[in-house]
Amino acid sequence: MPKITYKNNQGKFKTIKVENGLTVMEGAIQNDIPGIDADCGGSLACATCHVYVEEKWLDKIPKAEEAEVDMIDMAYEPKKNSRLSCQLTVSDELDGLIVTTPAKQS
Amino acid sequence: MKKTDTIIIGAGPVGLFAVHQLGIKGLNSIVIDNLDKVGGQCIELYPDKPIYDIPAVPECTGEELTKKLLEQIKPFNTIFFLNERVEEVKQDKENWIVKTNNHNEFSAPNIIIAGGVGSFEPRKLSVKEAEKFENKSLFYAVRNKEQFKNKIISIFGGGDSALDWALELSKFSKINLIHRRNEFRGAPHTLSEIKKLESEGKILIKTPCQLESIEGDENISSITIKFDSGKTEKIKTNVVLGFFGLIMKLGPIADWDLNMNKKTIEVNSENFETNKKGIFAVGDICNYPGKLKLILSGFHEVALASVECFKRARPDEKYRFEFTTSSKTIQGRLGKK
Repeated sequence: MPKITYKNNQGKFKTIKVENGLTVMEGAIQNDIPGIDADCGGSLACATCHVYVEEKWLDKIPKAEEAEVDMIDMAYEPKKNSRLSCQLTVSDELDGLIVTTPAKQS
Repeated sequence: MKKTDTIIIGAGPVGLFAVHQLGIKGLNSIVIDNLDKVGGQCIELYPDKPIYDIPAVPECTGEELTKKLLEQIKPFNTIFFLNERVEEVKQDKENWIVKTNNHNEFSAPNIIIAGGVGSFEPRKLSVKEAEKFENKSLFYAVRNKEQFKNKIISIFGGGDSALDWALELSKFSKINLIHRRNEFRGAPHTLSEIKKLESEGKILIKTPCQLESIEGDENISSITIKFDSGKTEKIKTNVVLGFFGLIMKLGPIADWDLNMNKKTIEVNSENFETNKKGIFAVGDICNYPGKLKLILSGFHEVALASVECFKRARPDEKYRFEFTTSSKTIQGRLGKK
């Protein structure tokens, strides 16, 4: 199973195994990772599962669609490497992915 | 103080259907919502997105679903208290007293919390000085555009609200439109209008950049923005408007002594009552083993909750289960002959 590392903005991190097909957001929610709220439940409607993707992974993950980029405008402190974790589906290619949660989601 | 049989908190699809389920049982209700319109997440988050899992409705948008529900509950002439947030809930013998931030007071034997993920509030700027200027020279909504006449206004955001207000206020003020990326998202007509005004020098567009700091004593005198390139720029500004969409906050619900699990309210799955007799929670905000956050689950939940509401509101009457197809009483309540 692919391993995903969730870092908080203080640098503390937790690495967990997430089943293929789940999203990075679902991996966090199911494992009680703090810092990801996912208020809308993954319907691309709220930007509270916002994460920063480690630079070297940016090219390896599928590009954000327009709707996601629009929604990131609404996120807390968006940056160039901002993504919504509900739109990142875990696969073997994402094994080792590192994401950082923002200081807060709302 | 207004008396009713049931106070419904939240005017989303589940809150609206609660009106129906109570109504056909002869109970009246009032609905309170913090948004300025009914529909909840359906109208605020995905008015144009199709929903495919409403039974017998193969496809409909959030807006269409809301309209249909309003049509369905029309016979009950329910009063909506919009733009109002419930601040306080307290017990008064067998009844509950609810107070809103608009100083309305209601009394009822039942409260149905259909609050979704909480009340919608504007997402705010994260720089620390922002709070000091809020509602003085920094705003997240335009209530009265007169107060923005003949000013230098810096508008943040790249969506419809930011663009529409940039156009409107440019008629009598100087506008800086600031967005974190180069693309704006709005109606094609709006975008071309913005471009036209930019070429005429009436709107100044600054992208891709974000707010770095706000300067000023009592009122804002300038802002500093930082471009992606790292360059910063100080811009003279009297007013800042931020349009970053809405976020959902649980708000005062957390203080009502209900058993909570994270941001949800624990209920039994028999009648969706909370740990407080007469307070029910339905829809996305409730939690019980196997709970699914689906609109259709919320519909089921209010149907069952409304039976218990009947028993509490009409303790001297016996509850009779009836079908809408055959009950003359229900058909009468729906205005059908």
